[in-house]
Amino acid sequence: MATPTNIIEELVNREYRYGFVTLVEEEVFPPGLNEDIIRRISARKNEPGWLLEWRLRAYRYWAKLVEEGAEPRWANVTYPPIDYQAIRYYAAPKRRPKSLDEVDPEIRRTYERLGIPLEEQERLAGVAVDAVFDSVSVATTFRQKLAELGIIFCSFSEAVQEHPELVRKWLGSVVPYTDNFFAALNSAVFSDGSFVYVPKGVRCPMELSTYFRINASQTGQFERTLIIADEGAYVSYLEGCTAPMRDENQLHAAVVELIALDNATIKYSTVQNWYPGDREGRGGIYNFVTKRGKCLGRNSKISWTQVEVGSAITWKYPSCILIGDNSVGEFYSVAVTNHHQQADTGTKMIHIGKNTRSTIISKGISAGHGQNTYRGMVKIMKGATRARNYSQCDSLLLGDKCGAHTFPYIEVHEPTAQLEHEATTSKISEEQLFYCRQRGLSAEDAVSMIVNGFCKEVLRELPMEFAVEAQKLLGISLEGSIG
Amino acid sequence: MKDMGLDQRPEQALYRTHFAQWNERIGAREPVWLRARREAAFARFEAVGFPTTRQEEWRFTNIAPVLRVPFQLAAAWPECSLPDEWLAPYREWAAHHLVFVNGHFVGEIPADGPAWGALARGIRALLGEEPEIVEPHLARGAEDASNAFTALNAAFLTDGAFVRIPRGTIVETPIHLLFLTLDAGTPVVTHPRNVILAEENSQATIIESYVGLGDGQYFTNAVTEIWAGENAIVQHYKVQRESRAAFHIASVRIAEERTAIVLDFSIALGAALARTDIMAILKGEGAECALNGFYWARDQQLVDHHTVIEHVAPYGMSREFYKGILDDEARGVFDGTIVVRPGAQKTDARQVNKNLLLSTNALVNTNPRLQILADDVKCSHGATIGHLDEDALFYCRTRGLDAETAREMLTYAFASDLLNTIAFGPLRRSVGEWVLTKWPEGGMLKELL
Repeated sequence: MATPTNIIEELVNREYRYGFVTLVEEEVFPPGLNEDIIRRISARKNEPGWLLEWRLRAYRYWAKLVEEGAEPRWANVTYPPIDYQAIRYYAAPKRRPKSLDEVDPEIRRTYERLGIPLEEQERLAGVAVDAVFDSVSVATTFRQKLAELGIIFCSFSEAVQEHPELVRKWLGSVVPYTDNFFAALNSAVFSDGSFVYVPKGVRCPMELSTYFRINASQTGQFERTLIIADEGAYVSYLEGCTAPMRDENQLHAAVVELIALDNATIKYSTVQNWYPGDREGRGGIYNFVTKRGKCLGRNSKISWTQVEVGSAITWKYPSCILIGDNSVGEFYSVAVTNHHQQADTGTKMIHIGKNTRSTIISKGISAGHGQNTYRGMVKIMKGATRARNYSQCDSLLLGDKCGAHTFPYIEVHEPTAQLEHEATTSKISEEQLFYCRQRGLSAEDAVSMIVNGFCKEVLRELPMEFAVEAQKLLGISLEGSIG
Repeated sequence: MKDMGLDQRPEQALYRTHFAQWNERIGAREPVWLRARREAAFARFEAVGFPTTRQEEWRFTNIAPVLRVPFQLAAAWPECSLPDEWLAPYREWAAHHLVFVNGHFVGEIPADGPAWGALARGIRALLGEEPEIVEPHLARGAEDASNAFTALNAAFLTDGAFVRIPRGTIVETPIHLLFLTLDAGTPVVTHPRNVILAEENSQATIIESYVGLGDGQYFTNAVTEIWAGENAIVQHYKVQRESRAAFHIASVRIAEERTAIVLDFSIALGAALARTDIMAILKGEGAECALNGFYWARDQQLVDHHTVIEHVAPYGMSREFYKGILDDEARGVFDGTIVVRPGAQKTDARQVNKNLLLSTNALVNTNPRLQILADDVKCSHGATIGHLDEDALFYCRTRGLDAETAREMLTYAFASDLLNTIAFGPLRRSVGEWVLTKWPEGGMLKELL
């Protein structure tokens, strides 16, 4: 009979399934970062002057931070200093397709192996995909169909060419380049990403999704996503990511900006499965991401859902700035750390408008030597009358070498606001396991059921296609790692 | 970054002058070991420097106002007798009082009743007569290297209470350490230090009061160390009623051996700026601690509590309950950390912080933190911030209470459920009265209660 211990070993030692490398001819820039590199990136993308200027301003700001030694160190993670001059800031497949049919067959196969076919007819109906391979977007599906409704869904580079007025208006309006160290770096060197604009009153009929893949070695990925939901619009956006297994650490520093105008709703879901490093903690992606949404309009709503199972280090705080009256912010998160993974993740909810509401549900699971930190901030400004926040942060510990930490910051300037914050840390109790076992469940099923139950509040927020994948991922990362 | 030379920090220069003055005043009258420890502490202070709001621990409390005042080291109280009205509020207490004026021990008022077997004396006096008793316990390893104020307190170690409850002794009478600071015209700084040793199987209740006489500006920089031996039970209350212009910065350090139980209750009502750091280390298996706190700030008061409970050994239990009321432009800060070290299995820790905001200009910062490095634990924290329940207010109005009284009554009720847990009756009643005086004109509630 399989004992719990066996099951853990078997499951915990399971290989990272997406760790292969695609052999494709790529154009890569030499490692290093200076103004020339930025000019080259900008020139390669044929960008207008204002954008290059903006990049250079960001670069100078970032260079100043580097000089001042202002790289953030406050997160509860440890890693050796990153050599920013050893990273290649641009890598792109040489063959640039003009249409979906021309996508390099190697790349097409890569996405097939990842379970993301780029053929529109094969794709689950109802999901449009933007596939980002290293620094560039290689394909975007269902564009025609979406365009009929006036929805713009394309790569960031194309948006710069085709809708410069929208990009210029909103770029950096939520995350200015001065926001933080990694946002400044991203603003200087971002290469591609997705752009979504949903016009007034349109409900986007399908899930939009971006699939990020890092392939080339020694590169960093710096994408930028900008989503604008105009008045009364609705959009649900999904993001997935994987990378090959390598002994080196690769940097992923993305920026995501969401803007919701009056009565608009944006739902942003992430299943993050970057390569987490091996059992000894070698290699893996450093995932240092700035994600923020602005509920600008009245009754607007931004909802973040994330399932974080990959990356050697996660440093990520999807946030909502609730400016419009009655606006709503939500944050649902499951973060799993196994082996030597470290996660410092959480959210910020800034209440500015009246009657604004926010909900935070965070579930952290630690196994192996994993260190899992929830770090969040709820700030209620003066004048945000009747603002309401509910936060719940639960941690589950599987094993005696891992750690779970909770650092919520709460700041309230408004007497009519109401806040509740709760956090618990516990392990799967012997009694729960015993109960499940005596009802005839195997140890593995029992643990899996308990873990899934623990995460349920978050998983049910995911769109159906993702929920299934997320549940499977949780299984791979954890099941049975008890004993 | 630019090198910050010592001379660019003029606020430290003042304390350097104090240190020279103090060394001169004390001269050769102190034991060599104490001089060495004080000098080491001052060097530590110089190395660390005063904290700024850029430091996580001090993010919400700017101590610039404290550093702006040219405080003088408080001189010893010259009189031998104490005016009666100073002690009047505590006459009713059946307690053993040790009275300190401006940080110096001036006398004691023993409790009636049977002999009690505890040692409770002023540190300065003990240093003169029996230095070997205090030597192992003064300004020793328990110092936190990164806390400038603790270092400063050790450097100026002058006086305070030394309390030792011998093994197996149960002291029924509470020991009251009363620190009075006078309004003498010039602002003074005092550095009281208390050492409380509860040996194996002993029990005692200690009350520390910090009281300002008058409205003067002064600075109290206090440190209290509590050592609870195996099975010891200690109740420690700290009641802070400093003057409205005073600054109060205090550290309470608690170390617990096997199955010891410590209750620490911090009540903060006074001072313009009050910061209390409480750190409890549960070193022995099965140790328990309860940290309670109540703060009420109005006008432009700032009350800051930082607590750390560190579970080092298995089977520990901790309970923490802090409640605060903030009115006018007051600021309340609560930062509570629970650390569970690897191996501290079966730890059971709970923390709750509840805040009542009564005004649009008041502000609360609450940061409950958990750092868990063992797996078989039960830890939780909860924090709430809110205003008075409108339904409850409405109910009071329908019963014929005017709005103001209704509000006072509900505010008082918010405070009472915690304050009513004070076991020592006379203290409970006194605290209840002092809470009422937080209302201007004494509050309407007084007549009703």
